[in-house]
Amino acid sequence: MTTISIPTSDTSALPDARGHFGRFGGRFMPEALIAPLDELEAGWKSAMADPVFTAELDHMLRVYAGLPSMLYDATRLSEVAGARILLKREDLNHTGAHKIRNVLGQALLTKRMGKPRVIAETGAGQHGVASATAAAYLDLECVVYMGEVDTVRQALNVARMQMLGATVVPVGTGSRTLKDAINEAIRDWVANVETTAYLFGTAAGPHPFPAMVRDFTRGIGDEARAQCLQLIGRLPDAAAACVGGGSNAIGLFAGFLDDAEVALYGFEAGGDGVDTARHAASITGGDVGVLHGARSFLLQDADGQTLESHSISAGLDYPGVGPQHAFLAESGRATYRPVTDAEAMTAFDLLCKTEGIICAIESAHAVAGALTLAKELGQDAVILVNLSGRGDKDVHTAAEYFGLLRDGDPA
Amino acid sequence: MTALSDTLGRLRADNRPALVGYLPAGFPDVETSIRATTAMVEAGADVVEVGLPYSDPVMDGPVIQAAADAALSAGVRVTDVFEVVRQTAATGVPTVVMTYWNPVERHGVARFAATLAEAGGCGLITPDLVPDEAEEWSNAAKDNGLDQIFLVAPSSTDERLAMTAAASSGFVYATSVMGVTGSRAATSTRAPELVRRLRGVTDLPVGVGLGVSNGDQAAEVGGFADAVIVGSALVRCLLDAHGDHDAGIDALRDLTADLRAGVERAR
Repeated sequence: MTTISIPTSDTSALPDARGHFGRFGGRFMPEALIAPLDELEAGWKSAMADPVFTAELDHMLRVYAGLPSMLYDATRLSEVAGARILLKREDLNHTGAHKIRNVLGQALLTKRMGKPRVIAETGAGQHGVASATAAAYLDLECVVYMGEVDTVRQALNVARMQMLGATVVPVGTGSRTLKDAINEAIRDWVANVETTAYLFGTAAGPHPFPAMVRDFTRGIGDEARAQCLQLIGRLPDAAAACVGGGSNAIGLFAGFLDDAEVALYGFEAGGDGVDTARHAASITGGDVGVLHGARSFLLQDADGQTLESHSISAGLDYPGVGPQHAFLAESGRATYRPVTDAEAMTAFDLLCKTEGIICAIESAHAVAGALTLAKELGQDAVILVNLSGRGDKDVHTAAEYFGLLRDGDPA
Repeated sequence: MTALSDTLGRLRADNRPALVGYLPAGFPDVETSIRATTAMVEAGADVVEVGLPYSDPVMDGPVIQAAADAALSAGVRVTDVFEVVRQTAATGVPTVVMTYWNPVERHGVARFAATLAEAGGCGLITPDLVPDEAEEWSNAAKDNGLDQIFLVAPSSTDERLAMTAAASSGFVYATSVMGVTGSRAATSTRAPELVRRLRGVTDLPVGVGLGVSNGDQAAEVGGFADAVIVGSALVRCLLDAHGDHDAGIDALRDLTADLRAGVERAR
């Protein structure tokens, strides 16, 4: 069995002491939250330096979340793709995605900091379900903010969160989607910060969230690196992940940032195409600005008002992206490309038919990107793809997309 | 020295707290918002805060969110905000803009500052920009003679209070509670302590905002603050009028007069 080690501290130089990744990141937040963010940063750093904390987290990840996730040699997919594709099977984790790594880390930290209550935002419901799971497991009160539009689209995930004991609060302001759920969670946090931790769901937001979420998620990359060496005796030529807010991608990339020979690829949700108004590709189709506490790329109009994003994949449907991705894009260390809804669904179908794996539509964007990369890099290339989540939650969307629902089937 | 500093200095000499009234530009429409700020001035506001409606107002409660949503849906633009500032400042009261940071950055910080100064604005209140991230804004403010009004909160450490006050000009905006904008039944018990701590690190006037909605509360807060800042309660006058603009402005006038009477009897 491949061993995993939870990193005890960030090994890279970034972000700097003020949370900046070059010109990105930082803290664009109400002053009321600056002291709590400082407290969180200090609590996190102290926890990661405490062998008792890291051992407990490591234990939870193994016995509860089912980590390390396996690295799978996808031979039939590789045959079709024309290059060797290795899948990091985060879809097999407890709750069905990489997100359990982050929430267990943050929830255990919350216990350590003596706070009894956690709040979270969720779009499709995956981070909400993961947060509710961690809260149940660690006996914390949990409130999840979710856009009203999403509570309707994702009614089953609302039920899941409620079964797990969480309170789900529908958010009816603004565009009534993920970004507004984040706004409402921030408002709750300002008012209740003494008793409450905000389990932020992605590697975005004000410092220290981008760095903290990355480090709680970087097991993906660290494990995959070791597993790849064990399986094929060398590093992959490319590592690929989908990017919405960017937590699974930064978790994968973190394991390879110092390996210059490994090309890093982030695949954004191109929706109907980045040349249309309907996409969620912040880096390839947006501009630099400030949203939810950090400077990064975002979708915005000429006045700096946030635009609504669109993607067939709810988990990528966010108009911003984590600041380290903005930095990696601008520095050229990672390459970001859009993948349309149609391309993602073609890859989703191919993975189903060749490997018997129904992946999350988010992850299908990474598979689609890898199929293109395979043609560019050739048959000797090895492409590591993070299969960040499973597709149970997407069966209805996919069935509708492929015309598999008869009239009258229950929605 | 901006008109804002002049006004607050004069009122301090008179031993009377200032009344600062907030309204968002473009709500319910640009023309009515100008009538509304003008009415507020006529009824006794000493300083006007013009809000720039923003899509993601994390510091605002339901009332200001609803007004911002409505203003944006009605198509308000940043250029309209400057027009509201121009017309409001023309009444002779110091006028500042309260804005989240991204619209300023998107407009171009130097360009925003220059246009605001040209329109007669005195400065910016920046709810999500702390001095740590404000280098570009500070330079632009100094170049254009604008005030930088930063916020402090009950959670601010002594070190941050001193740093923030040192970076501020015009006044320091003390948020009286840990929370978002909106009326509250009782005034904050944490505000007097926060103001006391601020007095130890700055001679700048201190404005207290969040939760003040009537003359009695204004009188209470005016007992220890240099300026009493009122937002949601005023916005609610227009919101509750449900499209009857004249009725909304009448209600706004009445509330402003009540608040003014409150600050008059504060000391």
